[in-house]
Amino acid sequence: MIAFDLTVNGESRSAAVEPRTTLVDYLRGELRLTGTHVACAHGVCGACTVLVDGQPMRSCLMLAVQAEGAQVTTVEGLSNPEALTPLQAAFRKHAAVQCGFCTPGILTTMHALLTNEPHADEARIREVLSGNLCRCTGYMAIVAAVLDARAHYAGAAA
Amino acid sequence: MNAPVRPNIHVGQPIERIEDLRLLRGDGFFTDDATRPGMLHAAFLRSPIAHGTIKQIDTAAARALPGVVAVITAQTIGSPVPVIPMRLAPLEQLAPYFQPVIADRKVRYVGEPVAVVLAESAAVAEDALELITLDIAPLPPVVDTAAALAGQTLLFEAEGTNNGIVYTATKGDARAEFPGERIIRAKIDTQRHFALTMEPRGLLAEWDEAAGIMRVIGVAKVPWATRGMLAKQLGLPEEKVELLEVDVGGGFGQRGEFYPEDFLVPFAARHVGRPVKWIEDRREHLLAANHAREFDADLELVVSPDGLIQAIRGTINGNLGAYLRANVAIAPRNVGQFLSGPYAIPNIHVVVNGLLTNKTPTGTYRGPGRFEADFFRERLLELAAAELDIDRVEFRRRNLVKVDEMPYPLATVSPPVKEEKLDSGDYAMTLDGALKEIGWAEKQALKGRLIDGRYHGLGIGCFIEGGAAGPRERARAELVEDGTVAVYVGSALVGQGLETVLTQIAADCMECAMDSIRLFHGSTPYVVEGFGSFHSRSTTMGGTAIALAIEELRARMREAAAQRLGCAADAVRIEEGQVVGPDGRAVTWADLAAGKLAGDGVFSNHTHTYSYGAAAAHVTVDPRTGHVAVLDFVIVEDVGRMINPLLLQGQVIGGVVQGLGGTFLEHLVYDEQGQLLTGSLADYLVPTATDYPSIRAVVMGVHRATVGALGAKGAGEGGTIPVGGVIANAIADALSGRVQPMSLPLSPPQVWAMIKAAG
Repeated sequence: MIAFDLTVNGESRSAAVEPRTTLVDYLRGELRLTGTHVACAHGVCGACTVLVDGQPMRSCLMLAVQAEGAQVTTVEGLSNPEALTPLQAAFRKHAAVQCGFCTPGILTTMHALLTNEPHADEARIREVLSGNLCRCTGYMAIVAAVLDARAHYAGAAA
Repeated sequence: MNAPVRPNIHVGQPIERIEDLRLLRGDGFFTDDATRPGMLHAAFLRSPIAHGTIKQIDTAAARALPGVVAVITAQTIGSPVPVIPMRLAPLEQLAPYFQPVIADRKVRYVGEPVAVVLAESAAVAEDALELITLDIAPLPPVVDTAAALAGQTLLFEAEGTNNGIVYTATKGDARAEFPGERIIRAKIDTQRHFALTMEPRGLLAEWDEAAGIMRVIGVAKVPWATRGMLAKQLGLPEEKVELLEVDVGGGFGQRGEFYPEDFLVPFAARHVGRPVKWIEDRREHLLAANHAREFDADLELVVSPDGLIQAIRGTINGNLGAYLRANVAIAPRNVGQFLSGPYAIPNIHVVVNGLLTNKTPTGTYRGPGRFEADFFRERLLELAAAELDIDRVEFRRRNLVKVDEMPYPLATVSPPVKEEKLDSGDYAMTLDGALKEIGWAEKQALKGRLIDGRYHGLGIGCFIEGGAAGPRERARAELVEDGTVAVYVGSALVGQGLETVLTQIAADCMECAMDSIRLFHGSTPYVVEGFGSFHSRSTTMGGTAIALAIEELRARMREAAAQRLGCAADAVRIEEGQVVGPDGRAVTWADLAAGKLAGDGVFSNHTHTYSYGAAAAHVTVDPRTGHVAVLDFVIVEDVGRMINPLLLQGQVIGGVVQGLGGTFLEHLVYDEQGQLLTGSLADYLVPTATDYPSIRAVVMGVHRATVGALGAKGAGEGGTIPVGGVIANAIADALSGRVQPMSLPLSPPQVWAMIKAAG
């Protein structure tokens, strides 16, 4: 077992894991943050994407110990119980969710994109989104939702 | 059934989904999110070779690994090893080809379960797989349909053939000679690909020794059918098997059919007396979840000089994989029955060979048999129009089934004999719609032109999709003491928006807000029987059953309220939250709920609905690379009546993109030894966000369903069905007919090779 400290969704955590434990297994198994999903476990589909110090990371390809000292944010950390966030609300408005299994990884990825590039155009959104597989929507509604949510991020940055 | 008094305020509206509130916050509950105290993890040892005889399975070292609790093989289960029966279109003659739930003496595909390890963690269970020694004496593998037909090697020696089932689709006399006939013959095929749901399959089984009850989380699609099969295999009465539905990360026909693991995980839980969880990894999914779509055809289209199709005939071979299980019959039956699609073809004779090969068993995938049949037919039509020098749109228009020909008979498929009729619709209307949307007339000048190094082309195709499979669906509506209405239904959630759509229907029938409806679906304890979600059936079947249940509940509410208010039942008026008597006094729904008021609805149906439409594409082809860009793809579909246009449009667009994946990218490639070469998502390509940025769907509800109270036809598969044919037609158009794509997928190397071969 290896012990280390990290911050998950704003809370300080002390972890003790087997060296081979992936970050996603730690988040889902130890912390019961089950919003982050595993769909391929080999870094292709993006369903397990979380933010590590603000950058999107495939938590299936990252060992938990590599998150030592890091700020980790999952879909739960981007949500609040009172209301959907502007990005979530835009997804709902545009019917950008069907089965919802890929959705958390797409939300974290797009949140990071719009935080850094609030004026990303459709081509840029598609380029970044192409690292996340969605089998249901054909991506059209997701792109529309992200375009729609830009105004909020641009406003927040201003 | 009476029309609702209040006009619909939910049905027909683009209402945002109920499901999204949890799914967007990461609060969905999928199978892998479930845990139990003392839970073990299962991992499967799968056959590494395609065909062979098991000599020995040595599990001693695996069992000795700390953390391993048990290793299960066929020997543990005992003789006879249970088999997976056919859920749909069962026939006694298929029984010899059923799959044992664990390899028993022989293995017949790479990925077939041979042993199950149960351990304290998934990691230890996987470690233990490495310690099992498996000795298999290889047999020659049968990989393609030609080898299966030749029969030099048999998968099931006792049967004397690899041709497990021959279906015939017939109508009129297709073998007659027709005056002035022109015969267009083509060999044409679609490649093995599959649904690839984003959520891997998974199960958590728990044996309640005291109550004698088996509870399983992770079922999908058809929980009641699965319960029947599992109960029989476990030797339990059905009421002692409870299958509990949670969120399902995609269905598309694949998820939820009965697989070997659906027996092995519950068996394991009972065997060791502890809860057992198994979550498939992506490699297992590629190896072991139902494959689909591998058909090759040799077909003739017979056309008279006036441009009317007289007949279609020929042979289609289906590469069905190593066993016949669950719903394998549907695609080979459909490919024959729906070869004529929306066209009036008076004479049909098509033989479909359902061939056994040493590949993963197959099942349905969105638009089963129809995607394949549409590719075959629309390519043949394109060739025929060119051969007769008739404009390809005019040729299609001339042959579409006309409004006044409805209901129009399709070919009859047997065995078992199944007649089928198209129900309603104006097929030319959607054809015209697709032409208008794509700008067909304006874009004619682009056809075949080389602009900036790419040839432009247009493609068109027409389609039907089937829906509303019977035999029936059941719902129950109950007043709850908090003043809400609980609605229980035998439909299942597979990520399609079921909760929203059925809640819209229930709220309008109940004449209340959607917040006042609580929908319960997909778990076997909720209703005595249910038929689930397949064949685009849950809106029409589940929705109508709910309407009937609520109609009965409302009658009970009127009676109960009248008794309380001392008046006649027909004198009261149901309002939202209360029932009002003629004198203005009222009883609330919450008060009435104390009387255990409920209504049951059963909707039986033995005919199908046919949503229909047309699709058109504008593509460019780069002759230097073979790359095809889809500049515009538009689909126009009439679904009878739209319950939620927002969700419907999403279903249709998502379906189109899956169809584009099957047309351009997706291919489960095997080598000559029957080894799957595409065992990861780096090898098996599915569409990404940069591939197809311009997809449009125009959805409408015009020609209503002739079954059910709603007028809604099944929908959601239509987007996928026409794509292969439309795209192949557009590529041929771009290359001015020098290239005629007859095989999918149309990957850059394949298109490039065709261009090279054409000179």
